[in-house]
Amino acid sequence: MNTLNLLRIAFKALERNKVRAFLTMLGIIIGVGAVIAMIAIGQGSKKSIQDQLSNMGSNMITIRPNSNITAGARLDFSNVQTLTQQDVDALKKKARNLRYISPASSARGQAIFGNSNWPTTIQGVGGEYLAIRNWPLKEGVSFSASDLTTAAKVCMLGQTVVDNLFSNEQDPLGQVIRFNKIPFRVIGVLTQKGENAFGQDQDDIILTPYTTVQERITGSQYFQNIFASALDENSTNQASKEIAYVLRASHKLKSQDEDDFTVRTQAELIQTFSATSQLLTVLLAAIAAISLLVGGIGIMNIMYVSVTERTKEIGLRMSIGAMGRDILLQFLVESILISVTGGIIGIGLGMFSSWLVNALLKWPTLVAPSSVWLSFLVCVATGVFFGYYPAQKASRLDPIEALRYE
Amino acid sequence: MKKKIVQIDDLKREFIMGDETVRALQGISFDVEEGEFLTIMGSSGSGKTTLLNILGCLDKPSGGTYFLDGINVRLLNRNELSVIRNKKIGFIFQAYNLLPRTNALENVQLPLYYNAAVSARARKERAEKALQAVKLESRMYHYPNQLSGGQQQRVAIARALVNDPIVILADEATGNLDTRTSYEIMALLQELNHQGKTIIFVTHEQDIAAFSRRTIMLRDGQILKDVMNQQVRSAKDMLTAMPVTNEY
Repeated sequence: MNTLNLLRIAFKALERNKVRAFLTMLGIIIGVGAVIAMIAIGQGSKKSIQDQLSNMGSNMITIRPNSNITAGARLDFSNVQTLTQQDVDALKKKARNLRYISPASSARGQAIFGNSNWPTTIQGVGGEYLAIRNWPLKEGVSFSASDLTTAAKVCMLGQTVVDNLFSNEQDPLGQVIRFNKIPFRVIGVLTQKGENAFGQDQDDIILTPYTTVQERITGSQYFQNIFASALDENSTNQASKEIAYVLRASHKLKSQDEDDFTVRTQAELIQTFSATSQLLTVLLAAIAAISLLVGGIGIMNIMYVSVTERTKEIGLRMSIGAMGRDILLQFLVESILISVTGGIIGIGLGMFSSWLVNALLKWPTLVAPSSVWLSFLVCVATGVFFGYYPAQKASRLDPIEALRYE
Repeated sequence: MKKKIVQIDDLKREFIMGDETVRALQGISFDVEEGEFLTIMGSSGSGKTTLLNILGCLDKPSGGTYFLDGINVRLLNRNELSVIRNKKIGFIFQAYNLLPRTNALENVQLPLYYNAAVSARARKERAEKALQAVKLESRMYHYPNQLSGGQQQRVAIARALVNDPIVILADEATGNLDTRTSYEIMALLQELNHQGKTIIFVTHEQDIAAFSRRTIMLRDGQILKDVMNQQVRSAKDMLTAMPVTNEY
């Protein structure tokens, strides 16, 4: 029997039982729809994290003091004091894969202007910090080299700080705010950067020369971080090795000593968070796959019922010349038709619901073509796998017995 | 001399039921020539259903030989039997066995689906011709539940004709019909027989057998008698003789 006849026969058989075929299909439709939508949500959140992280500057490198054991006590890394001006100078002189470099030292405190006040973070940075973070000024200027050497009391404000200290008509530029009772003149306002991938408000910040923070607020010679940027994205790994080499020399570490600092590139950060959302995707997909399995079992169930119910039809078909193989293929094609049609509708439904999730809940979604192909192939496989045993049962019936079946 | 379509010699069929061996057919021999109208009669348990199954290539004999159109059926495997049924035999059943929710034209086309040599267009044309032969051309797109019993059986006869078989096998084909409709069906079969179709009709009704030219009586798996009817009744004449409004 040729393929076209086979399809016609199977299609007509399904047409005779439209409602049942549709209900059976529904299991697959829901299963595939769920798989597509869940993967879209997982992939969407992964992509959104990646986008935000690379937005922070994909060639950014962060150096932190390492968690260290001092006199037997394991200290929080922010209290560990290993990064100094000497390190910054050494990196500036020796590391050739770095374009920009900026130490950073921060403190929490209360910012006050007029009768408004706002708890925020003051971050002491170098002149190249804005270039590293890829963060332009909305208005005003950044601080000068002489501001750095004189530990000038000048600052740039993040948008959140501006919103909380100043009313709409006030221009912050040139005003003097107080942070922990120290007056700072506002010389610049930063553009809005929004929340970062971890939900922190990046605009809730005051930037000032690092010398100012060290000398006037913390009184510490040490830095909490050193930020740097590699020449380009491809040289970040090279740059990260170079930094480690320079800092080990600068800290006079012996070859058996562990690093007392950590160098993290943005690429590593992206990988770490991608892995998390990858896990989320796998989890969601696994749950959805279970519903697909249930749908497949539904097909098998209906095909068994169908074979029993149509025993007489099978007997008739055999008596007028259908071979066992013809009957096997007929039932197999029926179950594949159910699962594939259900799969196609399910793919449409999944795409529609991920669009709906994006439109109504504002969750990022991404329907990857690979997930569409995969679900389609799974549907074909489901049809074959769950349709085979009922079809085989049908094909092995004895025509005499089947004809006599009531 | 006419061509022998069926040649049966010392045909045996035994079934093993647990420890017992049931001998349904115990050595039967007869031939059927082209253009014959043969009825096989017998009470239940006489072996006529077993004989029909073997004649229809649904079952194989356990002893003896059966040649259908010169082919030794005993040597064929399951798939080869399917091909023989598809090309050489037309079945008519007591319960019509039409596919539900499938129109008459589709039902008649069914055997041709299993013959890859027949194109879609030829399939439809042949089915239309077969329906014309049973005078149902006006009911081609009716579903079985929209047809009377007699009409359904005529669709089944068209289905048996569509593959142009060398023999038509009818199994109690009038068993579910009233007398008048039975005569209509018999008249149709007689007409087909006049056109040259070979028909083997299995029944237990004496008056149905009277429409055939030859009758084989079976009892306990053996041929009791094999006689030619001297006076073949015409179903068409019987129909005209019947009162139009009967017992109702």
